[in-house]
Amino acid sequence: MIRPTQVPMREQDPKARIHNFDEVPLGYTPDEALEEAARCLQCKNAPCVKGCPVNVDIPKFIREIREGDFRGAIATIKETNNLPAICGRVCPQETQCQAPCTLGRRFEPVAIGRLERFVADWEYANGVGVPRVGDPTGFRVAVIGSGPAGLTCAADLRRLGHAVTVFEALHEPGGVLMYGIPEFRLPKRIVGAEIEGLHRMGVEIQVNVVVGRTLTIDELLADGYAAAFVGTGAGLPKFLGVAGENLIGIYSANEFLTRVNLMRAYLFPEYDTPVKIGRTVAVVGGGNVAMDAARTALRLGAERVMILYRRTEAEMPARAEEVHHAKEEGIEFHTLVNPVRFLGENGRVVGVECIRMELGEPDESGRRRPVPVAGSNFVLPVDTAVIAIGNDPHPLIPRTTPGLQVAREGTIVADEDGCTSREDVFAGGDIVTGAATVISAMGAGKRAAHAIHRYLATGRSGRKPGPPIAVA
Amino acid sequence: MDKRALGPGVVEFTVAAPLIARKARAGQFVVVRAHERGERIPLTLADWDSERGTITLVVQEVGKSTRELGEEFAVGDAIRDVAGPLGTPSEIMAYGTVVCVGGGVGIAPIYPIARALHDAGNEVIAIAGARTKELLFWLDRLGQVSDQLIVTTDDGSFGRRGLVTEPLREILASRKVDHVWAIGPAIMMKFCTQVCRELGVPITVSLNSIMIDGTGMCGGCRVEVEGQARFACVDGPEFPGDLVNWDLLLARLGTFKDEERCALERYLAAKEVAR
Repeated sequence: MIRPTQVPMREQDPKARIHNFDEVPLGYTPDEALEEAARCLQCKNAPCVKGCPVNVDIPKFIREIREGDFRGAIATIKETNNLPAICGRVCPQETQCQAPCTLGRRFEPVAIGRLERFVADWEYANGVGVPRVGDPTGFRVAVIGSGPAGLTCAADLRRLGHAVTVFEALHEPGGVLMYGIPEFRLPKRIVGAEIEGLHRMGVEIQVNVVVGRTLTIDELLADGYAAAFVGTGAGLPKFLGVAGENLIGIYSANEFLTRVNLMRAYLFPEYDTPVKIGRTVAVVGGGNVAMDAARTALRLGAERVMILYRRTEAEMPARAEEVHHAKEEGIEFHTLVNPVRFLGENGRVVGVECIRMELGEPDESGRRRPVPVAGSNFVLPVDTAVIAIGNDPHPLIPRTTPGLQVAREGTIVADEDGCTSREDVFAGGDIVTGAATVISAMGAGKRAAHAIHRYLATGRSGRKPGPPIAVA
Repeated sequence: MDKRALGPGVVEFTVAAPLIARKARAGQFVVVRAHERGERIPLTLADWDSERGTITLVVQEVGKSTRELGEEFAVGDAIRDVAGPLGTPSEIMAYGTVVCVGGGVGIAPIYPIARALHDAGNEVIAIAGARTKELLFWLDRLGQVSDQLIVTTDDGSFGRRGLVTEPLREILASRKVDHVWAIGPAIMMKFCTQVCRELGVPITVSLNSIMIDGTGMCGGCRVEVEGQARFACVDGPEFPGDLVNWDLLLARLGTFKDEERCALERYLAAKEVAR
């Protein structure tokens, strides 16, 4: 008899957790993991694997959990996924591996993400093995950006035997995992541990190097790097472009979250970077970043936090789990609402004027286009606002790399394997697709790593390998 | 790395940063983070030596982070993070006659711009101003790259008594000037812009808005230029002064003044206890 519902994961009580930055879901115990793993039907055709952007052998790792072979299960995942502790937490499994789960046709699908997180956490608690690294190829590869795409690409290139240097513009590696996703959803010690794993494989990481300013791609390629992978992400915050948006108290989600996550402003004045939060906060947007910003605002002491979203909850791009968590914590959802201007007093924001929307015809994204309802304007008093309506690709590398073809939206043009219009230059992740998910960026980093390997190993690049490169 | 005091609360650092020194151009800045819990502080480059692989930064001690840099860091200590060069370099070309105004600690970053303009064949008139004599520095250096150097102090303790805007107005009124560059406190740049507007001379200013990453990621440094939001870190830091919304900039600079005071008081109290 199969259990129809997923084994629930214990979580911090909403009343308690809005006062701390500790992780919300607490993970499975071994018994809970065994119970959930027992639900898997072990389908021969494994539809779940096709739903995973990096094709983790899901039935195999779940079988290993069932057999109590947790070490084997994590090894299986790590064959194709270097960052399981992160993916187990932030992947949208409900639209990926869990969506086609056979069990899901009648019951709740297997909680694949929770099981992935369980074995990843088990490994941390019981000692992490260092993945085997291939024989030195004599090639050196530069990876630009240390977010999900860059970290994955670096790990796979290193496994294939290449000497790899990762260049990061900020002072800590991790990209959006460090500056964007809050501690309560992805503890920074987990990101740190994954990066430590790369160090132990012999990947070199140079922080504070802004490629495009400190060094250019052409200089790297002239300086002994046989190829470069660009994984610089979508880091340029979008604004609404309405009046009053530059008043004090209005942040981009990037600024707000970077202050809190990367700079640890929630620990001010122990840490030097401040963040100012008022009593009433409006977060504009309906994605995961909007949920992160709203829940962060609550934890910083805001009394009332509102999500303002121009469509309905059904169209919200945020994961259902994040919306659920936000609601549990008391975040108000104001849907079919769009800001038209911010009102200020003495340079500070004191309100946001909104207009009500209704859904019209579907737009190019397939979602019904929100249309303003004439004369429905109203004012919400707020003293802080966070604009979380998405990010554009970062323009620095496209601007400073001659011959690199760029699309109208500012994304780098690259094929499935990450090949760009420039020889020796590959790209993947949000810089190619526009803002998307951690796992899709990882998939792109992985495909590019293998493409770079083929490119170098077959001699197509025209470069000859040097002597084996010693790696610390 | 070298360190010397230029005046009360004004410190010059020479920092080993070979990659930055090789790329640096006039008008650009770096972001430094002194220690693991520190803020990211944007500082406009005051000088660099690509052969020695060093950059020069002049820091005015105003808040906790800058005081800490000035007071706690000695020769041989490493600043934890230095990233750059950031921002769009100054548009250096042959304008003809250029007036370069440096106010207070802004004397430092105006120096490489004056030098570049001088090297590009411009006639350079430099104006350096400070509250009082002790806060003036680098007058010899500025003198070497300018055809004329005018010095002002608010209290008249050195050079001409008054604000930098007074000689600026006189020069612009008395002869043909093709361009003005001004770096200093926002309020000084605002008034320099007013003078230039009245007398019809284009002015470039370097905006010191609040920023975190310095690479275009946070948008905290956004300023309004010609009614459009622009990022000081990547679109600037230099903008045409007459297109800048100065009141907005001045207001935004005060965003965290309570927190800044809190951090400074806490730092001073801790120092007191340690003593």
